[in-house]
Amino acid sequence: MLLMQFSAAGTDFPSIDTWTPEEIRAHIGFMGDVNAKLVADGEFVQGEGLGGPQQARIVRAGENGAPVVTEGPFAETKEFLAGWWIVDCETPQRAVEIAAHISTAPGPGGRPLNMPIEVHPVMSAPSQEL
Amino acid sequence: MLARRFGDFATAEDAVQEALLAAATQWPAEGLPDHPRGWLIQVAYRRMIELVRGEAARRDREDRAARRDGDDRRTAPAADEPLTADRDDTLVLLFLCCHPTLSTPSAIALTLRAVGGLSTAEIARAFLVPEATMAQRISRAKQRIRSSGLPFRMPAEEDRQARLAAVLHVLYLIFTEGHTASLGDDLRRVDLSEEAIRLTRAMHGLLPDDSEVAGLLALMLLTEARAAARTGPSGELISLAEQDRSRWDTAAIAEGTALVTRAMARGPVGPYQLQAAIAALHDEAPTAERTDWPQILALYEVLERLTESPVVSLNRAVATAMVHGPAAGLATLEALAADPRLTGHHRLDAARAHLHEMAGDRDAAARHYRAAAGRTTSRPEHEYLLMRAARLANPH
Repeated sequence: MLLMQFSAAGTDFPSIDTWTPEEIRAHIGFMGDVNAKLVADGEFVQGEGLGGPQQARIVRAGENGAPVVTEGPFAETKEFLAGWWIVDCETPQRAVEIAAHISTAPGPGGRPLNMPIEVHPVMSAPSQEL
Repeated sequence: MLARRFGDFATAEDAVQEALLAAATQWPAEGLPDHPRGWLIQVAYRRMIELVRGEAARRDREDRAARRDGDDRRTAPAADEPLTADRDDTLVLLFLCCHPTLSTPSAIALTLRAVGGLSTAEIARAFLVPEATMAQRISRAKQRIRSSGLPFRMPAEEDRQARLAAVLHVLYLIFTEGHTASLGDDLRRVDLSEEAIRLTRAMHGLLPDDSEVAGLLALMLLTEARAAARTGPSGELISLAEQDRSRWDTAAIAEGTALVTRAMARGPVGPYQLQAAIAALHDEAPTAERTDWPQILALYEVLERLTESPVVSLNRAVATAMVHGPAAGLATLEALAADPRLTGHHRLDAARAHLHEMAGDRDAAARHYRAAAGRTTSRPEHEYLLMRAARLANPH
């Protein structure tokens, strides 16, 4: 699983809502190409882009299990999940290669963002006889 | 058969599918022909000619096919002609689908599609990936076979053993994939273990004298015999020692045991037969306590020399503990821990935990169970290992 996780510490580019339309279009086009190539290579399982942190909510069960919703924005967390991919690859190295490519998505001025991508194994291996 | 005649795997597959489609639409209305297989081959053959001729881009392939075959080979066989070539064709197709130039996932997908006859959608569901992803995997594999110019014929004698090993490995992987517990039980999911057994059984029918093919079929049957007992009501793994043996499939055990006994008597003995023999010894024990561990240990020693697999070495260490006590087993494990292939491997921690538990050292056992749980990528194993640790910490 490849996580596009942004944090104040790990990201050094301006928020996407300050980019020009061309820069945003180039960025979205790049992500579209990434997905199309993963499907063509038989590696794509799933992927989604998430709404910004201001749209997210934290939910806890309160009295009688009724939801207690805390509004964003998450100013105090300094970290949010922007999107993810699940890819099915032959080797962990291949997942790292894909993550490195995603990391080069273009940002302001068309320069690569080199954003941090977290790579997590999904629990899916066959279980062995015990 | 068509693939051999035209040297074109992908078109042959399309033609056969169209023939099957024609059969599905015509037979219910018109009744079964006298020789359904011959009818299918004739229809497929005619479709094949249409497909091959129908595309300008494929004309050069037709020329190649024409040059390769004499005139006598370019007439469709009579519908009632006995088909002696069938046996070899299925084998050649298996060899082609499991060719070493293909990646393992591609070989698995192509084998299930072309030899197993599963639909792309079924294979995609079995591996929990979208259909488009699986379709691409299969078409790239076909493309790869086409562009590498692999001939549709039996591998040369000197390559045959290595190529056969590749086929058996793919079938074995399909079988173990069937033991992947997925989130939620999708009833439409193809049972890959059953599919692997079906394919291996067919292979055994084609190569009845090959002892390793028989060994692999036996191993699958003897492992699958325990399937009903190896998971609990919520899908949790139950270890061999704690399984309810009355739920094991005695018919499958009898068949697998007979197969491996015959194969080993005939020889040559290989890794699949040895693993099947070990599985048979487990399956034949009326209780866990009465397992013939000395015999299992002897088999693991042979298997270890044959495969040099670190996981086999771990199993040998556990068998050593069952025969000579946990201290001897732990000493064996420590000797293995230096193997870089086992560094950070969850099975090393799991084996250590198991032997510490045998020795009565609950703290060390729980610590290693937790370490193993943190390292496995199998969800059911993760839960099993955490549960073992929890049981040690909270004895009832």
